[in-house]
Amino acid sequence: MPIQYYITLAIILFCIGVVGVLTRRNAIIIFMCIELMLNAVNLLLVAFSKMINGFAYASDKASLAGMDGQLFVFFIMVVAAAEVSVGLAIIVMMYRNTHSVDINFLNRLKN
Amino acid sequence: MNQFSHLVYFIPLFPLIGFLINGLARNSLSKSATGLIGSGVILASFILSVLIFLEVKAPGFQPVIVNLFDFIRVIDFNISFAFRVDQLSTLWLLIVTGIGFLIHVYSTSYMHDEAAPHFARFFAYMNLFVFSMLLLVLGANYVIMFIGWEGVGLCSYLLIGYWFKNNDYNYAARKAFVMNRIGDVGFLLAVFWLIAKLGTVDYNEVFAKASTLSTFDVTAITMLLFVGAAGKSAQIPLYTWLPDAMAGPTPVSALIHAATMVTAGIYMIVRSNILYSLAPFTQAVVATIGLATALLAATIAIKQNDIKKVLAYSTVSQLGYMFLGLGVGAYTGAVFHVMTHAFFKALLFLGAGSVIHAIHNGQDIRNMGGLKKYMPITHITFLLACLAISGIPPLSGFFSKDEILAAAYEHNILYWIVGVLTAGLTAFYMFRLYATTFQGSFRGTPEQEHHLHESPSAITIPLIILAVLSVVGGFMGIPEVFAADSHWLEHFLRPLIAKAEPAHPLSHSTEYMLMGTSVAIAMIAILFAWTRYSKKPEMEEATGAGKVFANKWYIDELYNAVIANPIQKLGSFLNNIIEKSVIDGVVNGVGKGIQYAGRQVRLVQSGQVGNYILLMVLSMVLMILLIFYGHNLNPIINWISK
Repeated sequence: MPIQYYITLAIILFCIGVVGVLTRRNAIIIFMCIELMLNAVNLLLVAFSKMINGFAYASDKASLAGMDGQLFVFFIMVVAAAEVSVGLAIIVMMYRNTHSVDINFLNRLKN
Repeated sequence: MNQFSHLVYFIPLFPLIGFLINGLARNSLSKSATGLIGSGVILASFILSVLIFLEVKAPGFQPVIVNLFDFIRVIDFNISFAFRVDQLSTLWLLIVTGIGFLIHVYSTSYMHDEAAPHFARFFAYMNLFVFSMLLLVLGANYVIMFIGWEGVGLCSYLLIGYWFKNNDYNYAARKAFVMNRIGDVGFLLAVFWLIAKLGTVDYNEVFAKASTLSTFDVTAITMLLFVGAAGKSAQIPLYTWLPDAMAGPTPVSALIHAATMVTAGIYMIVRSNILYSLAPFTQAVVATIGLATALLAATIAIKQNDIKKVLAYSTVSQLGYMFLGLGVGAYTGAVFHVMTHAFFKALLFLGAGSVIHAIHNGQDIRNMGGLKKYMPITHITFLLACLAISGIPPLSGFFSKDEILAAAYEHNILYWIVGVLTAGLTAFYMFRLYATTFQGSFRGTPEQEHHLHESPSAITIPLIILAVLSVVGGFMGIPEVFAADSHWLEHFLRPLIAKAEPAHPLSHSTEYMLMGTSVAIAMIAILFAWTRYSKKPEMEEATGAGKVFANKWYIDELYNAVIANPIQKLGSFLNNIIEKSVIDGVVNGVGKGIQYAGRQVRLVQSGQVGNYILLMVLSMVLMILLIFYGHNLNPIINWISK
């Protein structure tokens, strides 16, 4: 499949994430949108990695070119998992205190 | 065997110790202890100076450089804190410590009415002055000389303003300081110029390399040095501080403003005589300014009624003579006149102090008169000093003044005519002063007359010693005409002076004629003044030309109108207009602008998480745009930064 398809899909996913973060008030949905953006980037990394490896494959069957992109994806997934645990914990605490996950309640810190 | 010359650093060290003791312990020392310490340290320096002088006088003496430590060191440029013992510095050592000691002894009696802490303060300042003056004289390079130069200026300021409760005295002190500062700038620029062109300030090296300087450089350097000398030695146009400096106690006037500090300019030029000999233009300027100062100050002195003011203008006038000598290349003559002048002018001031002391701080000669029968010792010594300064043979002033006048005659007959005229004026105003003060009958109040007395021995003994020196001091420089090869001072200084053979050596008959003329003019002036003022002193206000003289040619008023007032106007303009509206406006504007911006930006922090995220996203988009398309801005940035 041409690389443009991957790029288009990643852009669509990323924009959905951005718009979701900007427009929604529910903390869990914002959180999911952030995950969406992260994964759009992951998708791009894998796609480019595969593409570069594909070029090198023609001359050298054992080439490892572009593999570092896929390694990065693993790192991002691990970090994202850790971040999710922390973020969800914050949301749980927030719910316990306010009985709501609406981020506009967070302006209570203002004063 | 120069064993004492290597100990030369003790000479300035003693007065410094005296200064520290008297200055720090001034509240606990008794007056007699203070006087003993203050005079004792100077005596110690004097004894060492005499020992060094005996070594320097021995044949075959080579200048001794005593290097204490490196003062300023930058890569291969080095200014060392070094002292130089040679014929010239030794002469000045003797003058400074010898006369300084006499004046310290005199001060113990003269200043005895002061409270003990102030008495100690006086001696501390005096010791500090002697220390600075010795540093000036002993320094082996221009920078060390400059340290002493500044030091004596400071002490002069402190001592003129010694009675600091009187604001007029404070103004006089400030005037002296500012005038000296103008000169110091010239000195400093000359030193910088020397460093830039020769890379050294050490006398030996500078004089060795002097011939490599271009004519312009050497003229500029010597002119700037002369600006410094004019400030310190009270020459036109910077002389007006010296008469005002008489606000200080009389011993200060004698030591600083007559015998030593004001001759620092002469010392500096004699020290640099090799440079000056290379700059004929500067020499002409020095001679002309010296002569003009001598004449101007002499005319002012004729009409002054304050005993110290007359002597102050006389000092300015005599300093002008010395500069005339320097300008015509008679360096030995100038040094000779410095020495004899130090004797008789110190004597005159101390005698004036004795008179002031006797009539309880009156200084107006119109209220004196007839003092000769009350104060015989003061009278005799004062008379001898007046004869010496008038140039009557065989007193000291005759020999030194004659040497300068003869050199002036060789150079330019016009110099000689003005010089002799000034000598006549000198004799006239000195004997006007003498006759008004000591002859006739007493004109003060009966109460003052009741208190008239001869001063105590601490005052009269220095007077007698100085009188002896004033009488015999001239014999160290007997001119060729009287006895061949007997000019001791010239032999002594020969290694240091760039001697130019006179183009037309004077014949003996010419020289006798010159001497005869100047002595005759002086005698006539003396007789005229004596007969005129001893019976009927000048009581009324002067009119006509005399009024101009009495008002000092209105020079102070001129300086006020031309320099001081415009600067004050400019200052008040800058203060009221520029400072208050422009500078304050900018500063307050910056403050207000930042406060306003802060108030506006504060609203961004609303507490709405959505807003924050939106701003974050927008900023990131902006950053991405900048990263990818920022290079398109480069031409604009370049244009702005250009």
